[in-house]
Amino acid sequence: MIDVTGLTKSYGGFLAVDDISFRCQPGRVTGFLGPNGAGKTTTMRVMVGLTPATRGDVRIGGHRYQDIPNPGTHVGVLLDASAQHAGRTGREVLMVGAKTMGLPESRVDEMLELVSLSQTEAKRRLRNYSLGMRQRLGIAHALLGDPSVLILDEPANGLDPAGIRWMRDLLKHYADRGGTVLLSSHLLNEVELIADDMILIGRGKIVAEGTKKALLAERSTGTLVTAVDNEALSTALAGAGLTVHAAGDGLRVEAEPLQVGQVAADQRLVLAELRPAGGGLESLFLELTSDSQRDDLTEPIEPQGAPA
Amino acid sequence: MSDMTLDISQTRPVPFGRLTAVEIRKMADTRAGVWLLGLTVLVTAAFMIIFFLVADSEDRILGNFIGIAATPQGFVLPVLGILLITSEWGQRTAMVTFALEPSRAKVIASKVVAALILGLGAFVAAIALGSLGTLVGGADGGFDNLKVTTFLLFLGLQILGILQGLAYGLIFLNTPAAIVTYFVLPIASSIIFAVVPALQDSAPWVDLGTAQEPLFELGSGGELTGDQLAHLGTTALIWILLPFVIGLARVMRAELK
Repeated sequence: MIDVTGLTKSYGGFLAVDDISFRCQPGRVTGFLGPNGAGKTTTMRVMVGLTPATRGDVRIGGHRYQDIPNPGTHVGVLLDASAQHAGRTGREVLMVGAKTMGLPESRVDEMLELVSLSQTEAKRRLRNYSLGMRQRLGIAHALLGDPSVLILDEPANGLDPAGIRWMRDLLKHYADRGGTVLLSSHLLNEVELIADDMILIGRGKIVAEGTKKALLAERSTGTLVTAVDNEALSTALAGAGLTVHAAGDGLRVEAEPLQVGQVAADQRLVLAELRPAGGGLESLFLELTSDSQRDDLTEPIEPQGAPA
Repeated sequence: MSDMTLDISQTRPVPFGRLTAVEIRKMADTRAGVWLLGLTVLVTAAFMIIFFLVADSEDRILGNFIGIAATPQGFVLPVLGILLITSEWGQRTAMVTFALEPSRAKVIASKVVAALILGLGAFVAAIALGSLGTLVGGADGGFDNLKVTTFLLFLGLQILGILQGLAYGLIFLNTPAAIVTYFVLPIASSIIFAVVPALQDSAPWVDLGTAQEPLFELGSGGELTGDQLAHLGTTALIWILLPFVIGLARVMRAELK
């Protein structure tokens, strides 16, 4: 539904987005994940025509965004929840959107209810909104025109864990009804919770993409296990034909946790810890974006002397 | 919804009138906006009351009431024009506005029309307040000898001011810069043209203040000469149209943040 082809955006000599291509499928939530300054926001701004592309092309359902009439009724956009007039009430922000799109006022109340903003909260001015409330209002604004595509930049930013779960359910239902969702985040666990597909971006380039499951499976690096008697366990595992490495206080085994547990049970060995190695997507995220991280995570962080 | 193309054949573009109505709404749905609109009327009324108190009774005619309204409205309306543009950038709502209507020319045009409608509102308010003043304590025959040109010139002056405000808003996309420039630049220009003898002859052609002077002096009667109209034309070109075109070009090409 969203097709990005060879998209490049440069500012002077700086390549904010460097020849990226990807596709977002209808019926799925696509997570756009990357560290700050990786080019996520720039890409999304190009998508909706606010930033001109240096090269390349974005099509939404086969059209350039600028060519979609009354685009709010086809593509819901939330680029920055704080980019609203601080002096308007939440309700008025939605009213302005609804009036522009030619929607009835009842739609505003429906959306307020959908995002759990009470009528009292909706009457408050935006300067008195928390970031979480602004995000909810932004989601309501994006959904006003009943669009079939959603483009959301950092929508979970500022939401509490319950809010993130709420957003996951909301977007999941939306995708289940055939909608296309692209959402960005710089926090891995947000995307891990919400998205079906993932695109990882670092320094303007896509460093990995695929379904969340496939990305996880590819990166699986076995099992970490710690036994009361590591030596005995190591011998038993090797005897079962598994490859074993020493790792910290325990062992790393090139096998599934279930296999390792079975061997331990057969030999009546007591385990202190048993878990999949690799730490889920986190190590993938850090590894894939390591050369585009601002902070060098391979070096321990030393306290610096007081700045002059 | 599950196929890969969006069917846009049944969707009509956002009508221009709707966009304009939304722009007017956006001017009045914040405290700042309400204050500015209210201030326009209040300041107009205040000037008329002062005039009412100090003028001789035979001078209290509608034409003079309208004339006195030109000064305060000439201050406030351009600011309204400036804010109509710059508040979108100051409050960063431009991202939302232009995402809902990607045609930048259409959005700016709707803002121009909205500003003109608001200017027309101020004009109507001035006539209403002026008529009231004339009715209540005006001279006998305060409504006599009214000339259409008085009204047209007043309206013309307001519109020029609003357009100039819009133009400066477009160039700076920043409220303080646009307001300061709007008020300081013409004064600086007038000083330069008054002080430098070599420039004095060309002043009515280039200096906005000099060219608009006859408009304020007309009061209830008088006509503009052809020369004076030409002066107004060239200065409007230099001070209003040119900045407007430059500003529009900037917004058409800019990255909207």
